[in-house]
Amino acid sequence: MNIELILFIILATIAAVTSILVITRSNAVISAVFLVLNFFALAGLYLLLNAQFISVVQIIVYAGAIMVLFLFVIMLLRTDGEPRIFSDKRYIKYFALLISIFVFIQVSYLLLIGSPSKSVTGNQSASINSGTIETIGKELYTNYIIPFEVAGFLLLAATIGAIILAKKKFE
Amino acid sequence: MPFSNQEYLHLLPFIIIGVGIVFSVVIELITKKSREILPWFSILLFFSTALYSIYTIHNKYILFNGMIQVGGKAAIFNFIFNFAALLITMSSIGYLKKYGSNFGEYYILIQSAVLGMMVMAGSKDILMIFLGLELMSICFYVLAGLNRKKHSANEASLKYFLLGAFATGFVVYGIALIYGVTATTKIDILIQNFSAQSSNIIFVTGLILFIIGFSFKIAAFPFHMWVPDVYQGSATTVTGIMSTAGKAAAFSVLIITLTAVYTVNSPNIFSPYFAAIATLSMLFGSIVALTQDNLKRMLAYSSISHAGYMAIGLTASNSYSISGIIFYLAAYTFMNIGAFSIISIIEGENDSRTNIQNITGLNASKPMLAAFMSLFMFALAGIPPLAGFFGKYYVFIGAIKSGFTWLAIIGVFSSVISVYFYLRVVVFMYFKNPTEDINTDTSTFSYSAVIISGAMVLLLGLMPDLLLNLILSVVNW
Amino acid sequence: MSLLETVIFAVIKMLVIVVVMFLTVAYSVYFERKISAWAQNRMGPNRVGYRGLLQPFADVFKLLVKEDIVPDAAHKPLHTLAPFIALFVAFATYAVVPFGPSINLFGYDVKLVVADVNIGILYVLALTSLGVYGITFAGWSSGSKYSLMGGIRSSAQMISYEVSMGFSIAGVLLLSESLRPIEIVNAQYGWMWNAVLQPIGFITFVVSAFAETNRLPFDLPEAEPELVGGYHTEYSSFKFAAFFLAEYANMIIASCLIVTLYLGGWQIPYIDKLGLGETLTVILQVGAFIFKVVFMLFFFIWVRWSIPRFRYDQLMNIGWKVMFPLSLVNILWVAVLIMIFNL
Repeated sequence: MNIELILFIILATIAAVTSILVITRSNAVISAVFLVLNFFALAGLYLLLNAQFISVVQIIVYAGAIMVLFLFVIMLLRTDGEPRIFSDKRYIKYFALLISIFVFIQVSYLLLIGSPSKSVTGNQSASINSGTIETIGKELYTNYIIPFEVAGFLLLAATIGAIILAKKKFE
Repeated sequence: MPFSNQEYLHLLPFIIIGVGIVFSVVIELITKKSREILPWFSILLFFSTALYSIYTIHNKYILFNGMIQVGGKAAIFNFIFNFAALLITMSSIGYLKKYGSNFGEYYILIQSAVLGMMVMAGSKDILMIFLGLELMSICFYVLAGLNRKKHSANEASLKYFLLGAFATGFVVYGIALIYGVTATTKIDILIQNFSAQSSNIIFVTGLILFIIGFSFKIAAFPFHMWVPDVYQGSATTVTGIMSTAGKAAAFSVLIITLTAVYTVNSPNIFSPYFAAIATLSMLFGSIVALTQDNLKRMLAYSSISHAGYMAIGLTASNSYSISGIIFYLAAYTFMNIGAFSIISIIEGENDSRTNIQNITGLNASKPMLAAFMSLFMFALAGIPPLAGFFGKYYVFIGAIKSGFTWLAIIGVFSSVISVYFYLRVVVFMYFKNPTEDINTDTSTFSYSAVIISGAMVLLLGLMPDLLLNLILSVVNW
Repeated sequence: MSLLETVIFAVIKMLVIVVVMFLTVAYSVYFERKISAWAQNRMGPNRVGYRGLLQPFADVFKLLVKEDIVPDAAHKPLHTLAPFIALFVAFATYAVVPFGPSINLFGYDVKLVVADVNIGILYVLALTSLGVYGITFAGWSSGSKYSLMGGIRSSAQMISYEVSMGFSIAGVLLLSESLRPIEIVNAQYGWMWNAVLQPIGFITFVVSAFAETNRLPFDLPEAEPELVGGYHTEYSSFKFAAFFLAEYANMIIASCLIVTLYLGGWQIPYIDKLGLGETLTVILQVGAFIFKVVFMLFFFIWVRWSIPRFRYDQLMNIGWKVMFPLSLVNILWVAVLIMIFNL
């Protein structure tokens, strides 16, 4: 058993357990705390895959920015425990059960039976093999320059939209 | 690798709109008069882009390492999007003042939405499809709820956002599965390997999820729940562009992904799916629209049924029926924008007077408006020789050529049903006495939008070959 | 170097750094009290040891023997966790700060940095963005409205200033073309210090650093007149000491970063022209690094005792409407520098 496998098992266990804890805690703040932990486990998994940049971005963006804003909002709200809104609607439970069975079958199929077919192109795998910041930067500014720019416009539009919906003064 | 200047030059339509967005933000920042300047600036942008696209329709290039294509079908779609945005901008000038959200940002969001649609129609990579879809959808979510003081607008925006995000989730999950199996997002490479992959259940699942996501966006039957409330609750001009250019963008994605698959691999494995949603959408839309009194809601249901007619083209999926869809989308854009522009003219303060009773006897006070409204209604119903007729005609012919005669018959049957509620509007305008004063707003720009739409509907109806030959010449690109 | 030797060197470096850190933190408190006394024309601590030199140890001892009070309304696990997060984040950042060039020691070539990683600056940014959790958790878990106000203020403040901080750093990265702190220092050879080349970025970074460390004039999270003690109102004994130490540790790390990113790190301009021995050069350079850090620390304290606190809306306006645009201007400026002078 090599060290990578051991680390993977530890991180994957943390990720799985914390994600369960996220949805079972009734206190929203505690859920958020476990979600942060979950992000850390994911960041560790990315590191194991040699994707250093994604790993750090996962921490900076998700754990460092998005979850802080989440906490910010949750803290301003009441935290007297979430009322159980779904407890008397049984069909929703069955529906959820159905979906989870479907996803479970799908995942087990992916893991056990369906082998992912060979990559149909050779040229992309080279860039994916190394997740260093240099490779990612190079790809983003050459091959993926157009998606990169479109994503910029997407963020601009979203920013404008958010500001209009939240702050625009009506005369 | 660095890209040549030539490639950036070919990207000109995108650059015009993109630079225009940035300039619009700056204009909004530095001058208080932005709401007078921006509509005209937008009209200039849309006009030049539309003109450039149609002018360079035969310059077909795949640019930036197979990311995006210009010319061909993409050019025709760019023309549709920009023309639609142009007309909507014209009718917005007067309408927004009445609606109480006369913001400069409205025009920036319309520009961004158009950029998103253009990216969708031109994409050669699933990544680009997703980015374009999000760019368009986010702008529409915001535009729908632009006036946050109106409950109906809030409801429309939130409903659209939640269901739209749900649909986008389907699309992303589908893309993830496709990428997971094939390790590529390039549409051309996917198509070459389609027959090898089509036995792989994960790949097919991904593709189905992808198509289901876009079925939401085209407002086809089982995924139509958001349409009536969103179309009714949003500002009328926003509904106008959402129902036409937005639908055209979603169809453009289905066309560029699926028809490429069809042309390489002759058996169309998605035909049963599209046949089902086409039948259901046509009948559901037409039948439910019968009982609607609100004009916007009636047009929303009619939009569902039109999505059904267009889906017939996807079922048949020969080059003739695909051309038919594109023609239909162009025709539908002009008819629907015309109709919504008229509604935006007669609409009162606070979303009032959008019911069919409010246009009773319109002929007596505003004969011009009544005449144009009847024109659009006849066109939507598919009465020759107007644009709507030829849209349906080409799609049905395409279906018959591929052996889907029964689908064409259902289409004709549904069209016959739909004549009732379109003509009901005409009957209310001409054969009933006015019950209240109809005071329209006096913005001449809204009228020019109506007149241009009407002219285009007539032009496409009288000389359909003009556009159809152009589409046929580029449909396989 | 074998794996074992690498590990041993890393452990030694860590130990040295932790010990030095604790001493520096303790003495920066002393430093602060002395400077505040100087600023206010009084004596400052002068009873424990020669001129009060042992005062920090007395302070820490006093805090450690106090009773540890946890309020009834507190969420106990988080209440305990919060100070440790703050302390951990403050100390972990030192791993990537280079305090000198490599030195030849017992036949080994030793880099004077604990971890020379190629994403060092991103690591710093990641840890800084986590630092807010210590304060936020402390604020929420105390179950007190003063603490909560402090926690919320701090998260808003730190997120707002992180933006301009990140953009200021982007200017530095454009010039150094690397995220490795050692390369960033090497890129500032001679007088090519980033503070000279991009003064706007230097200013925005320093101001953001003040805000990120919750130092005056940005210490709204613990504004005494309004919030008693802000997020650490309900803390006592060792946990309070942890926050206290973390605050000063943050100040030191901010100084280290300012020096590394903008003031040329350990560089002394043209020292290689003097023809000194290699060891002497390295010692001088480490000395220069320490001198610069101490100067920045003095600057931090000096500002604290000279400038009044901002109001909350002023703070937000400065963050978003002044610092953020300025940091963007800085990026443009750096881009122009690169275009024209091929730096």
